Amino acid sequence: MRPLCILLESTALGCPLSMNPNEGNGTIEYAGKLLSVFILAPFAGSLLAIFFPPDQRGATAWFAGTIALLCFLVAASLYPFVTSGGVLRYDIAWLPELGLNFTLRMDGFAWLFTVLVTAIGVLVVLYARYYMAAEDPVPRFLSLFLAFMGSMLGVVLSGNLILLAVFWELTSIVSFLLIGYWHHNAHARDGARMALTVTGTGGLCMLVGLLLMGRIVGSYDLDVVLASGDLIRNSPLYMPVLILVLLGALTKSAQFPFHFWLPHAMSAPTPVSAYLHSATMVKAGVFLLVRLWPVMAGTEAWFWIVGLAGLSTLLLGAYFAIFQQDLKGLLAYSTISHLGLITVLLSLGSPLAAVAAVFHIVNHATFKASLFMAAGIIDHETGTRDMRKLGGLIRYMPGTAVLAMVASAAMAGVPLLNGFISKEMFFAEAIETHQANILDTMTPYVATLAGMFAVTYSLRFIHSVFFGKIHEDLPKVPHEPPRWMRVPIEFLVLACLVVGIIPAITIGPFLHTAVVSILGANTPYYSLSVWHGWNLPLIMSFVALAGGVGLYFLMRNYLATSVEGPPIFRLLHGQRIFERVLVTLSWKWARALEQNLGTRRLQPQMRFLVFIAIAAGALPLLFNHFELPPLLVRSIDPAFALLWAVGIACAIGAAILAKFHRLAALVLLGGAGLTTCLTFVWLSAPDLAVTQLLVEIVTTVLILLGLRWLPKRIEDTQENELLSLKVRFRRLRDFLLAVVAGGGVALIAYTMMTRPMPETIASYFLERAYKEGGGTNVVNVILVDFRGFDTLGEIAVLAIVALTVFALLLRFRPQADSLEAPEQQRVQNAFDDDHPDRSKGDSVAEYLFVPSVIMRWMFPVIGMLAAYLFLRGHDLPGGGFAAGIAMSIGFILQYMSGGTRWVEERLRIHPLRWMSIGLLVAAATGIGSWLFGYPFLTSHAQYVTLPIVGKFPLASALFFDLGVFSLVLGATVLILIALAHQSIRAPRAHARATRSGKEAR
Amino acid sequence: MEIILSAAIGVLTASGVYLLLRPRTYQVIIGLSLLSYAVNLFIFGMGRLRVNAPPVLEPGGVGDLSRFTDPVPQALVLTAIVIGFAMTALFLVVLLASRGFTGTDHVDGREQRHD
Repeated sequence: MRPLCILLESTALGCPLSMNPNEGNGTIEYAGKLLSVFILAPFAGSLLAIFFPPDQRGATAWFAGTIALLCFLVAASLYPFVTSGGVLRYDIAWLPELGLNFTLRMDGFAWLFTVLVTAIGVLVVLYARYYMAAEDPVPRFLSLFLAFMGSMLGVVLSGNLILLAVFWELTSIVSFLLIGYWHHNAHARDGARMALTVTGTGGLCMLVGLLLMGRIVGSYDLDVVLASGDLIRNSPLYMPVLILVLLGALTKSAQFPFHFWLPHAMSAPTPVSAYLHSATMVKAGVFLLVRLWPVMAGTEAWFWIVGLAGLSTLLLGAYFAIFQQDLKGLLAYSTISHLGLITVLLSLGSPLAAVAAVFHIVNHATFKASLFMAAGIIDHETGTRDMRKLGGLIRYMPGTAVLAMVASAAMAGVPLLNGFISKEMFFAEAIETHQANILDTMTPYVATLAGMFAVTYSLRFIHSVFFGKIHEDLPKVPHEPPRWMRVPIEFLVLACLVVGIIPAITIGPFLHTAVVSILGANTPYYSLSVWHGWNLPLIMSFVALAGGVGLYFLMRNYLATSVEGPPIFRLLHGQRIFERVLVTLSWKWARALEQNLGTRRLQPQMRFLVFIAIAAGALPLLFNHFELPPLLVRSIDPAFALLWAVGIACAIGAAILAKFHRLAALVLLGGAGLTTCLTFVWLSAPDLAVTQLLVEIVTTVLILLGLRWLPKRIEDTQENELLSLKVRFRRLRDFLLAVVAGGGVALIAYTMMTRPMPETIASYFLERAYKEGGGTNVVNVILVDFRGFDTLGEIAVLAIVALTVFALLLRFRPQADSLEAPEQQRVQNAFDDDHPDRSKGDSVAEYLFVPSVIMRWMFPVIGMLAAYLFLRGHDLPGGGFAAGIAMSIGFILQYMSGGTRWVEERLRIHPLRWMSIGLLVAAATGIGSWLFGYPFLTSHAQYVTLPIVGKFPLASALFFDLGVFSLVLGATVLILIALAHQSIRAPRAHARATRSGKEAR
Repeated sequence: MEIILSAAIGVLTASGVYLLLRPRTYQVIIGLSLLSYAVNLFIFGMGRLRVNAPPVLEPGGVGDLSRFTDPVPQALVLTAIVIGFAMTALFLVVLLASRGFTGTDHVDGREQRHD
């Protein structure tokens, strides 16, 4: 009864190339390395393809086609390694601590997919070369195409779950760019965005699912995961993992209810549709289902979720396809339906069904790719894809017509074509009882019905396009496409025929290799044959064929004029629902949240931050039963107490006066700073005291320079009394918040300081400062030696800040009311004007004459002080920071005494240069230690004796400190001078403004 | 000693925080400066308070914590002082630029009805 049946035994799977993979580990290792070609070649090709000139269609296509062909040939050559369950691996350590490796892994199933992706890739490139119009930028297209191929191969070959998720998202992103290739078209943009939103969201869910799966198994390695099926299925996390992973797979494979993105992705160029939306990307979803089938399938949850999604997709997709008027729309819904078929097969959980699923993946890819290409040719040669406008094309393009007919017969499941065999397997599996429930009982009926619809839409595709009367109003006069544009279709249709007639000797061995790699020892006996005798599946096929043909002729007249989309359902626009959800989520709700919870005002934000900081500090103390330390009043030094009585008064005074009396507040701030400085002196921190004192001076000068540009604010005593209750309340609340914050910090500080010192790294530095750092000032040795790298970072920050200040001030535009010269200068100038023996500006120049002479003469003294501070830094308090700031004070005093112009006529001030020299010297000192074979910033120390100066430490750290000095000097001077220069620029701007004002009048 | 210094840190923090919450940019800059004193003293205090024990060794000597104070917080605070200056400078310039662009010295760049 089985004349054509050829039995396949796993032992009899002789491939002529076959060699025992265990023969040599070296060969396997080499073959494993070859796997990297599949990732490197497409991505490198993608980068290169961009650089082709846009008009070079042919050359770019040759290039991309060669890359795809190379990948295909490498894949073909690797076949011997994956037969009989062989697995090739290539590992590159990526983040091994986290279990993440760049692992490529090829087994039989991955091999089958690789061949599919690369072979159809070659054909699509060839097709695209003729399809793309001269004005389309083909290099961009092919570059994206290659990137997509690389991502898809990455998904297929990933041996690590996380790597798989990465490539998965890459396919989503590249497909977004490909669908939106004609970005001037709004439909293309919307379709691309929708595809990305749906598949990208699914991909994120899948990532979480895969992370959880990795957590269950304890490894992300695919081989380990595939061996842990029972562990995963029995885990309490199984349900969340299942749902999340399925969200990824079902969105990608356009399964109901996520199917709506696929028809909208049809705005892509047809080669994209042929590749992404038939053969590859949408197959990634079912690929993942097959990949994880051994570890996830077989449970009731799997059966229900996957089965329900698959069955409804199968039926609805087929039904909707009948009512499409757009050729590509019909094919899109048909693709959805066929993917549903594969999903149903996978839901059943039986090994035989899995075999059928893998087989149908291959078959669907061949006939659907060729049909998309045929639809593209029709569109290309007639100018429309609307079936209402097409007809009778067989007279103009008989070749294309024949090819399309064979391919759509395969789609309908006509005997002697590949679609028939896998559909028969599907029907056989649908009849089998896998689970005793209503869904399982329904499956054969739904399957037959969907089969019938498939016949109807396939027939419609052929009949309405190639037969019937010709419409005269076509945009173009139809004719056959260029010879080579049809070759890819011919190739694919030939494959449909060959596989359909002699499946066992064509696809048989390869399918078996793929199936064995998934099912392993559970591989069932199955037969690939055209004739299985008169059985129920065959009857179902005939019912579907006859019913489908009948249905088409019943509906023919309706369809010839009907509007796009199935009755009733067409009112339910997936796209509109999607857009509405998107608008609600990302606009309405986001706006509502922003309006209710957000503020653009700084004060509430600051208040919130302070509140959070207080809570973060207080809560752990409350929960851990914090106990107040005893108050030690006796150890109070009265002088220190007096010092801080002044300091506290200064701080509070500054807080009160900062609004209306800025200068006073600044002076009081300085008072608090000096108290801090004295505290450092008192408590054994001479370095800090020196630095604090110098910084205090510079800060005061800086803020003094800024004061001039602030608006006048005069306290209004009357207004003070009329302060509203609201303002009083706000101030009280802030005051209480401040008191709580201050009290809390004081409490923590006191508690910490009264506790005994634990063992810290301090002893390490104290012991080694001299021995290894060659200096006796431990603080300085830490800064320039032990933690030199930190210091390098810090001076870099200082340089960045100084540059930012400089840049900001370049564009500084003062407010109009600050432009006028200060009152004092105006009075002085008026005095000069009144006295004929004085010229204007004399009084300004003579103001504070004696102090300014003293200040001028201070310059060398301060320079000396800076040098002194710098040179003693390694052994005694001082160092680069202190010296740099001291020197900058020397410069700023000159500015104060002589004015900006006077100084810059006499001194060369190049703060930018000093800063860059400083940074270079510091970095070069660090790099210098490489020359001697030591790590970055290793320091060497020794003492040298110089005449007059005497013995002083000369460590390589000194050069580093020199860099610090130079940078700190440059940065400080740059900041101060940039601000000081504003008073020269501003009068000029003022003069300009008044002049143009006068002219306007 | 400890009690005075912690009270001082507390008052500096409280004054700083209060000013931080005020509407005028100048108040905020003074507040930040006060706050940075408080933070520097706080970090410094974490090395415990010692009188007459600066971390400066005798040449050739080896130090230990019984004779010298902890140098680590001092090293941290030393750079913090310089960076604090840079921050004040940056903030001052942003403040001036903001006043130049918006015409007001309110922290939001525009006047509120009350302050």
